[in-house]
Amino acid sequence: MTLREKFIVPKRYNAIAITLMVIGALAIIGLYVTHGAKDDAHKQARFWGSLLQNSVYFLLVVNAAMFFICATTLAWGGWQMAFRRVSEAISTCVPVIGIIAAVILLSICFGNNHELYHWTDTEHVKHDPILNFKKGFLNKNFFAGWTIFTIVAWSVLGWKIRKLSRSIDDKPLTIEQGKKYVWNNTVWAAIFIVIFSLTVMSSIPWLWLMSIDAHWYSTMYSWYTFASTFVGGLALITLFVVFLKNNNYLELVNEEHLHDLGKFIFAFSIFWTYLWFSQFMLIWYANIPEETTYFKPRAQGIYSGIFWLMFMINFLAPLLLLMRRGAKRNYSTMTFMCLLMIFGHWLDFFQMVFPGPSPDHVPVLLWDFGVALGFVGLIMFVTGRALSRAPLIAKNHPFIKESVIHHT
Amino acid sequence: MAVKKFVTGNFYDEAVLFPAVKKVRRAGYKIHDVFTPFPIHGLDKAMGLRDTSLHTAGFIYGITGTATAVGFITWALTVDWQINFGGKPFFALPAWIPITFELTVLFAAVGMVLTFCYLCQLAPFVRKDHFNLRSTDDTFVMALECTDKTNDAEAMGFLQSIGASEVQVQYKETGWWLGRYDKETKRFGLKEEAVH
Repeated sequence: MTLREKFIVPKRYNAIAITLMVIGALAIIGLYVTHGAKDDAHKQARFWGSLLQNSVYFLLVVNAAMFFICATTLAWGGWQMAFRRVSEAISTCVPVIGIIAAVILLSICFGNNHELYHWTDTEHVKHDPILNFKKGFLNKNFFAGWTIFTIVAWSVLGWKIRKLSRSIDDKPLTIEQGKKYVWNNTVWAAIFIVIFSLTVMSSIPWLWLMSIDAHWYSTMYSWYTFASTFVGGLALITLFVVFLKNNNYLELVNEEHLHDLGKFIFAFSIFWTYLWFSQFMLIWYANIPEETTYFKPRAQGIYSGIFWLMFMINFLAPLLLLMRRGAKRNYSTMTFMCLLMIFGHWLDFFQMVFPGPSPDHVPVLLWDFGVALGFVGLIMFVTGRALSRAPLIAKNHPFIKESVIHHT
Repeated sequence: MAVKKFVTGNFYDEAVLFPAVKKVRRAGYKIHDVFTPFPIHGLDKAMGLRDTSLHTAGFIYGITGTATAVGFITWALTVDWQINFGGKPFFALPAWIPITFELTVLFAAVGMVLTFCYLCQLAPFVRKDHFNLRSTDDTFVMALECTDKTNDAEAMGFLQSIGASEVQVQYKETGWWLGRYDKETKRFGLKEEAVH
């Protein structure tokens, strides 16, 4: 069997990607004109909130693709080899979206608008004992430094791991070289995981998202954010795999791999619910006012519609629709569910961000959809470019045979 | 249960077993089962077995557990014995979710284990017979079921030709064996006539 290793980006694909990016740019401009350029601090916060929500969500989602590679590498998994290059290609979006997100985050942090991040208002912090207490962590310099370090570290480590993967494309390895290569991969994946756990699984969601509600805190928050974006990342990988299969690429990928991706999405949706509920239940049970402020606008206030819709999409839909074996092996069902999951967790991020700057009314989602479409177009464009630059199959990897004969 | 006649053969290698299963099915023999010391991926597909219904059973058990937990706690705390816990409503659903989850898992797990044992005809004190004891150790044992039209010698020759060793004809009682053996029963492949 000859494998089609070289992906040629279809013209229509790029046309769609660029159209989406144009829609995104128009949405951002529109949002700026109607909100961002106004004198009202609330309206400005609406503009920045939308940028924050979308850039952070899509950055964490594309970074989850690299996490997927590293986690499976550490577990010495072989089954993902057949489509490993797809997740590698998605992870090339990290530097691009990372720069956008860094610009947005630093603008919010150092800007004059304190509606999103109250703790950036130094005058206010002086009179606020809680924020004053948190000053050692929640201050502009640490925020900026840690944000830049994080994005650079993800980008550099991702680049290193992709380079390792590409380095054996033209030279088959002997058994001894293969062992060394696997070990090398393991070490770099471990370094990535350590950085990942110090950032995505702990400090980064505190700084970027939880500090919107700076008086409130939850120890579940980072895990919950991670679970959200990991489901999104897996869904994105699956969508690209299905897209490439439909275009007669990735001959080695079959229903067995799709089944395992489906299991991952199913399992992490349940994991997400577990964290979501654990965070909710403890606060509901203790019923302490400083803790319930977070859930008041979300679960019972004007955001309750989005809150419960998001819960249904992210928990009930995968629970009921992805439970059956046949559903996970069906390309149409999986495509539908992946789109739904990406949308559902995007909605989750929406309700994480907006009740902070806009507690009295729910912003019109239409603008945010536009901005999200822009990021989707960007991911399509960058990933397509990366896919066309590297062979689609890591054919010399020592574990490739495991993936070919994979059976669930 | 009826005693049936089987032709059995031992295989030592997956690489021989898989093509052999294919050839046997193509030749039209009826595979009773293939006994292996460990699960072999893809063998069920190669033998043309249908998917197990154990999942469906598990789902039903799980739903039963959910309904039991929610039903009982609701009845106990809202109807039978109302207690005010920290000013919470009597119908305090979030507080019941952990118990509901646990009962779901418990019912599903226990139910599925019991169902599995039933399907595999395993229970305490049930004496299981083997076509070949080595199927619990290091070989794969294929058993072909003989019908009226099967020619033993031909089937044995065929099994040998596709890589089986220790090919033999055996008479076995199939089905649910609880309490079916008495002291005179001959076991482990000893000869006996087929009863139809």
